[in-house]
Amino acid sequence: MRIKKNIAISESGFMFNPITGESFTVNPIGTEILQMINDGFESDQIIEAICNKYQVDQHTFDKDLTDFTGMLDHHHLSQHHDKEEA
Amino acid sequence: MEKLRYERPIIRRLDSEMPNKFGMRTDYRPTTQIEGVAVKTLIEEFGSPLFVISEKVLRSQYRKARKAFTTRYPKVQFAWSYKTNYISAVCNVFHQEGSWAEVVSGFEFQKALGNGVEGSKIIFNGPDKSEEDLEMAIKHNSLIHIDHLDELYTLTELADRHKTKPRVAIRVNMDTGVYPMWDRFGFNYENGQAWDALNKIMHSGKLELVGLHCHIGTFMLSTQAYAVAAGKLAELAIGVQRKFNHTIKYIDMGGGFTSKNTLKGAYLPGSDTNPSFDDYAEAITTALLNADFTAEYLPTLILETGRALVDEAGYVLGTVISNKRSSKGKRITIVDIGVNLMFTSFWYDHKVTPAQEFTQYAEDTTLNGPLCMNIDVIRESVSLPLLNKGDNIVVHSVGAYNMTQWMQFITLRPAVVMIDVDGKPHIIREKENLNTVNGQERIPIHLNRFEL
Ligand SMILES: Cc1ncc(COP(=O)(O)O)c(C=O)c1O
Repeated sequence: MRIKKNIAISESGFMFNPITGESFTVNPIGTEILQMINDGFESDQIIEAICNKYQVDQHTFDKDLTDFTGMLDHHHLSQHHDKEEA
Repeated sequence: MEKLRYERPIIRRLDSEMPNKFGMRTDYRPTTQIEGVAVKTLIEEFGSPLFVISEKVLRSQYRKARKAFTTRYPKVQFAWSYKTNYISAVCNVFHQEGSWAEVVSGFEFQKALGNGVEGSKIIFNGPDKSEEDLEMAIKHNSLIHIDHLDELYTLTELADRHKTKPRVAIRVNMDTGVYPMWDRFGFNYENGQAWDALNKIMHSGKLELVGLHCHIGTFMLSTQAYAVAAGKLAELAIGVQRKFNHTIKYIDMGGGFTSKNTLKGAYLPGSDTNPSFDDYAEAITTALLNADFTAEYLPTLILETGRALVDEAGYVLGTVISNKRSSKGKRITIVDIGVNLMFTSFWYDHKVTPAQEFTQYAEDTTLNGPLCMNIDVIRESVSLPLLNKGDNIVVHSVGAYNMTQWMQFITLRPAVVMIDVDGKPHIIREKENLNTVNGQERIPIHLNRFEL
């Protein structure tokens, strides 16, 4: 999964979709995950990194990560192939 | 290296239409303790869900209400509305403060007697008083508020049979300018039913007419309606004085004052918009003082305030069972508090706060209970900080009607704890167990055994 190329992400957790004009806020851990996604991390690597850094078990975080990436899909911010989607 | 505190990742679309009717966050602080006792400790000790009542708030609400009336009117008496919350410890707080009892069934009557209320300080309302109930009330010299003519005739007969003169009032219903008009209880003012009943009582000579009663509705947002009602009852009392040279000793204005809860669909929180005790007191006492009573015949003002005295003193604590998404992407949080315990969630948008620290991030959430039913929704849409499984929540202002209208359904009813004025918790109603249900059941012998 990748974040669409045209989506702007600020370090303070602000996302903007220039095509739809929609803005989003993301909390700090979400911003961290977006950064990892952009850096090409796969789910397993994200889970490992987060569980090492935060007080959370793999089960819980796996569920929360699925939920989070689900919401990225829901808001049309992600793509699952390299080709650019509209 | 110590790991950092975890919060789940969220993304939220910023909506341009501001402010969102449901999304308004009114609370930015968690409720970690109630009257000095940690919510987590209460749940550890007494289980989840758990009803908690603050004795301090019960007393302060009562004193506030009492003061609003006694500073404006010389003779005031409160009578605790049992149906609003008849857990004995709650009733006794009000009795210690000086409240009489207001009951609407034989069961409630016996509960009040059992709590130690003298029969003569029990007001017996309601349309369903059996002959045995009435006899019990007569025997205890209670104040019987007659709801309909059948009851009036039964009482007259019982008075004959027992050679005594029961003390009675009539319940009057009337147009106070609010819709819907509550006209199913008592005798109507406008069409002359009320006068008809008063004439029957006075001419029979068998009943001692001591008062006039009304209860114009519940959660009444209009104080003007009370002014109208008090004015009409005063007119009847003065009419009885004139016509029969008989003094009505009290005017009972019933209950119906709002608590600070927010009705569903209201744009502004109830804490900002609902009338105060002073507002109601001003309307009622002005109407009575402006009526044509001479000083010596000024009737006692009785109030059967329920909800407004007890709602804010009650909390229900619960635990997050799970987080989900609806098909449309909306956050759903399931907690262990169902609508069977919180009947008032059908009426109010109850304030809900997390019981632990949280960050500024929030999500629009539907708060569902644990029952296997679609209607089990505690809040349809509430902006809540991120809650994890096992986190605790506090639902506020649930003291009125929930602990009497709750249903045993699927789960057993939880314990109720009162925190006393020194901050010490006491169980005032035990958690139910299997025997609470099974103890009432009987299995016919032929159904005792089966093989599978
Ligand atoms: C006769 C009577 N008195 C008092 C009350 C208490 O009303 P509230 O809780 O609205 O103050 C009720 C409630 O239904 C009632 O029926």
